[in-house]
Amino acid sequence: MTSKAGADLTVTDAMAWEYAPAPESRDVVSIAAEYGLFVDGEFRPAADGTTFATVNPATEEPLARVSDAGTADVEAAVKAARRAYKQVWRRMPGSERAKYLYRIARMLQERAREFAVLESLDNGKPIRESRDVDVPLAAAHFFYYAGWADKLEHAGFGPAPRPLGVAGQVIPWNFPLLMAAWKLAPALAAGNTCVLKPAETTPLTALLLAQVCQQAGLPPGVVNVLTGGGDTGAALVRQPGVNKIAFTGSTEVGKQIAAAVAGTPAKVTLELGGKAANIVFDDAPVEQAIEGIVSGIFFNQGHVCCAGSRLLVQESVADIVLDRLRRRLATLRLGDPLDKNTDIGAINSRQQLDKITDLVASGDAEGAERWSPPCELPDRGFWFPPTVFTGVSQSHRIAREEIFGPVLSVLTFRTPEEAIAKANNTPYGLSAGVWTEKGSRILWCAQRLRAGVVWANTYNRFDPASPFGGYQESGHGREGGRHGLAAYLDV
Amino acid sequence: MDGRAVGTAWLPISMSERLGVRKTYKLFVGGAFPRSESGRSYPVHGSDGQLLAYAAQASRKDLRDAIVAARRAVPGWSGATAYNRGQVLYRVAELLEGRAAQFTAEVAAAEGVSSERAAEIVEAAIDRWVWYAGWSDKLAQVAGAANPVAGPYFNFSVPEPTGVVCMLAPPESSLLGLVSVVAPVIVTGNTAVVVASEPYPLPAVTLAEVLATSDVPPGVVNVLTGRVTELAPVAASHRDVNAIDLTGAPDADRAALERAAAGNLKRVYHGDEEWEEPPGTGRLLATVEVKTVWHPVGI
Repeated sequence: MTSKAGADLTVTDAMAWEYAPAPESRDVVSIAAEYGLFVDGEFRPAADGTTFATVNPATEEPLARVSDAGTADVEAAVKAARRAYKQVWRRMPGSERAKYLYRIARMLQERAREFAVLESLDNGKPIRESRDVDVPLAAAHFFYYAGWADKLEHAGFGPAPRPLGVAGQVIPWNFPLLMAAWKLAPALAAGNTCVLKPAETTPLTALLLAQVCQQAGLPPGVVNVLTGGGDTGAALVRQPGVNKIAFTGSTEVGKQIAAAVAGTPAKVTLELGGKAANIVFDDAPVEQAIEGIVSGIFFNQGHVCCAGSRLLVQESVADIVLDRLRRRLATLRLGDPLDKNTDIGAINSRQQLDKITDLVASGDAEGAERWSPPCELPDRGFWFPPTVFTGVSQSHRIAREEIFGPVLSVLTFRTPEEAIAKANNTPYGLSAGVWTEKGSRILWCAQRLRAGVVWANTYNRFDPASPFGGYQESGHGREGGRHGLAAYLDV
Repeated sequence: MDGRAVGTAWLPISMSERLGVRKTYKLFVGGAFPRSESGRSYPVHGSDGQLLAYAAQASRKDLRDAIVAARRAVPGWSGATAYNRGQVLYRVAELLEGRAAQFTAEVAAAEGVSSERAAEIVEAAIDRWVWYAGWSDKLAQVAGAANPVAGPYFNFSVPEPTGVVCMLAPPESSLLGLVSVVAPVIVTGNTAVVVASEPYPLPAVTLAEVLATSDVPPGVVNVLTGRVTELAPVAASHRDVNAIDLTGAPDADRAALERAAAGNLKRVYHGDEEWEEPPGTGRLLATVEVKTVWHPVGI
């Protein structure tokens, strides 16, 4: 490859080279035709027998029917969790609780590929992400919090911090297994029992996790999984026996939950929406920044509450950054989520696709300039191409509202003060990014950004030891780290 | 004796003696002492039924003005170094100490306790203020963390002020309770709008005078006197308030106030302390946000 001809070959023919399909095998997963609710250690149908279908968003193929939990099921699950709390889990030494969590972590690792394939089938995310991010991090969360279960008296919450009781946990569809792990692991470590409600469109990995709990020998009722839609979640957070409510999802629903539990003693933590600014200064390492911008907004199809959905680029380098960003986006591969080369998978549901389409139309209507790389969308399933809006002003809906899709809004700034003012000009406050080679500027920005997570010269990094959560309307409470324990202790 | 303000009660009524100069008790907003824009005031009586003074009856507009003043003060106060905030607050305690006799008289008159008891309360309030002042440069070390993430990243978490906090001070404890809700909010860099005890508002106004003559920047603490039931719903529903402390809210109003606070997801704190007991870190932690910063490690 030292010859000039070789170099030319690389440049001229690169775009013409096709990737051979490299699909991950589906055989590792066996999906049942129908799933029950996981209540008191057993799978059972909903009391009224209703079910609904969960589909593969990449093909619209129905994967299975799952039970639609109603009020009676919510009551039964909370009752089972209460009994398990009083009779078993609260009394168990922390060292024993820890061993259950270690078991679950290990079983997640053992069955990692199965979980990853099932997640990609049900959610539409690329196997590269479910395999390398979602599942390993989920196992890591159980592993991390397992170690806290017998060390709570050293966690800085007093000599004998007590659990809260029964936790009702409602999670979204963007990281189904990972969010289940974020919720269950700290709750169980602290000595609570759980009723988990996975999202309507992504119930399957939570049900597989329920099976893992069963196989790990977890006492019945310690973890219960109720599948269903918004009504099931609403019934769960309003159930009087629930001592703790943890919700991850939209700010709109988060506000409803906060209002619904007003005046009750239930403790609430909320991890809600975001409209994060990803700030690129003129001295930023451009290639790294481009990768950070791409992973910031196109990771998981942009279905990420902390997505870097507003790119704030310093005016003097805007042309260079945008030019390189467009070239980079042209190399992204959109398609079969199970293909190991896929970068952009399917949009999770038709409903979400409609929402993205609507907001993108508003960007057009309000005068922003839309660009997408040449990108063939599959005939079936729910898809949206990576999209970049330039000429965006702060008043545009695409600069203010969470799109939750692969859509980047680009704004420019001249001074660091202007960057901070624009970044903070939002009722949200979940995350932010800063790209610059100047250390003092990073810290200056990090102090001023009103966001719970600031990624400097990196983006969308997660770790069980690292607290995560928002300011303002992005919610309250933290998940991860020692701080994540506080959400499940009477402190 | 009728009609005489506290602090003048010891003066004998005699034409040959000098007539006392009474104090007008006003609001404290943005570092100034305005009357209520509504022109209203309400009579404040001592425990013996004697008229102590008229206090300003803040309106909803006064509350909104106070919130604007508090918001304006956020960048400077939250941007000050923790050491500086600690020194400023310690200075407040020094001035409180100098005015101990005045506070003792006011607390005694308001709460109907003996002078000795009032003096104990004032001492406890000053000590409480000193205790909280010392937290300014320690909370981040107790509530922050260096996080050992599984990758080549430097990762740390620090508590930061949430912003503007509205507090409903406890009605029963005019000074110690007031100090106990104000100090933990501002020591971390928040700015505050506090609605003083409705029946016993006068020590709060005197505290405002102390704050005004210490080095606390204008707007960092704003003190309103008036009707809690009138002001609390405005504070709870105001979109530019980050947190609300419902300690002094009537029980019957709590659920509605909390519901209103959900409109912009305010942080809501319910205090039910015994004011004489040593406080924990609960109030400090209730109005901070944990921020986590990541940076790659490499060469």
